[in-house]
Amino acid sequence: MAVIGIALVLPLLLQVFLLNVSSATANWNQTLDISVYMDRGAGAARVQAVAKQLRARGDVAAVNIITADEALAVFRRESGFGDALDALRDNPLPDTLVVTPARTASTPQAMATLKTAIAAMADVQTVQVDTQWVMRLQSMLEIIRRVVWLASGLFGSGIVLVVGNTIRLDILNRRTEIEVMKLVGATDSFTRRPFLYGGIWYGLGGGLLALALCAATVGLLAGPVERLAGLYGSSYRLEGLGWARDIQVLAAAAVLGWLGSWVAATRHIRDIAPT
Amino acid sequence: MIRFDQVYKRYANGREALAGVSFTIKDGEMVFLTGHSGAGKSSILKLIALIERPTRGQVFIANQNTAAVKARGIPEFRRRLGVVFQDHKLLQDRPVHENVALPLIIAGLPRRELDKRVRAALDQVGLLNKEQCLPLELSTGEQQRVGIARAVVGRPTLLIADEPTGNLDPDLARDIMQLFKRFNDVGVTVVVATHDHHLIDRVGARRISFRDGQITA
Repeated sequence: MAVIGIALVLPLLLQVFLLNVSSATANWNQTLDISVYMDRGAGAARVQAVAKQLRARGDVAAVNIITADEALAVFRRESGFGDALDALRDNPLPDTLVVTPARTASTPQAMATLKTAIAAMADVQTVQVDTQWVMRLQSMLEIIRRVVWLASGLFGSGIVLVVGNTIRLDILNRRTEIEVMKLVGATDSFTRRPFLYGGIWYGLGGGLLALALCAATVGLLAGPVERLAGLYGSSYRLEGLGWARDIQVLAAAAVLGWLGSWVAATRHIRDIAPT
Repeated sequence: MIRFDQVYKRYANGREALAGVSFTIKDGEMVFLTGHSGAGKSSILKLIALIERPTRGQVFIANQNTAAVKARGIPEFRRRLGVVFQDHKLLQDRPVHENVALPLIIAGLPRRELDKRVRAALDQVGLLNKEQCLPLELSTGEQQRVGIARAVVGRPTLLIADEPTGNLDPDLARDIMQLFKRFNDVGVTVVVATHDHHLIDRVGARRISFRDGQITA
């Protein structure tokens, strides 16, 4: 049972990791803004005109103008390079439009379309969207998701084999009893039944143990994660699997235990013939 | 009830246990199979209980050719049969009641009916007061009687026993034989393999003698 628990806990922990990263990054795509840097010589009137043009688009929710002067003031205040900036003759920063895409336009393709459209407008120097790393993260999550499936499959088969082996030894230990039952007219399926229950219990026990180990791990990590999130000014909290997934895990473990015992019991009980 | 027709049995190790055996046992008869060990009487019982199959020839039980009973049908077939073993084959970790109840549990009898019949069977073998004992707490004779109770609890029409008195002293052996006689008196066909001639003479039933896999008398 301990073996089953430990075999199950690795895919579970991967699942927890995936769950947390997914939920932490789920709404990043939506709040992603596009930074539009204007040509330095464009002038305030052009900036207003471009902003107006953008606001008219259906896939744009809001446009916020940060003038070069405002940007410089913020930079001076927050960067600590105030004195160094004084040495510059004129403001090196461009006027910037911060474009918030409409919710409907938050898919990677729509973002790309919007980006191309803006880049084609007059007096626009550079359009920058930080979707790149979000996409990379999504791809990595996709890989981890597959790893979770693979690991679950492998450890699942492991459980079938472990339970099967346990049941096989159990059957060999009770060989005499099985012979007697067959002699007084027990069918193979009747003889098999208690072993199937045994397999289900092994699975459930292992599943419970895995869930306990998983909960303990989450419990151990929750404190440090919260502190780390706090340092980033976030109120992010580590999530556990949740009771619905707990039940799924238990059900899956029970089914695997049943399957392992079914395979072993069917084969080995058939082979026992009274003499 | 039982008909053997030119039955041969050769085991995988090459030993020929039965060489052309034919006999008939009628409904309600009590018959002893006698002969030295290895003469073939155990093989007869194994063929009746479908533990073994004949190499050649045919075995009929209750007008049914046992060759027609496929592996799937064996459990159903055995439920109509009571079998008593020399080493009684009890489940040592279960109390007497459960051991006797086993055939009924397998047959799926409801609890109330099951309790009644187990107690009736234990009463017939005189062990009603030992219901909750473990087999190891009983004497050899008592254990054998538990085995008999288990064999008759399903109310079989045919009861077969392989050396049921082999491990018992003469007095106990006589009790056991009386028990079989009583079942026979109420209409059960009884076939007992034994080499105890004194006992057979006392009970006075038909006898089929074996030597080297053939019937001698």
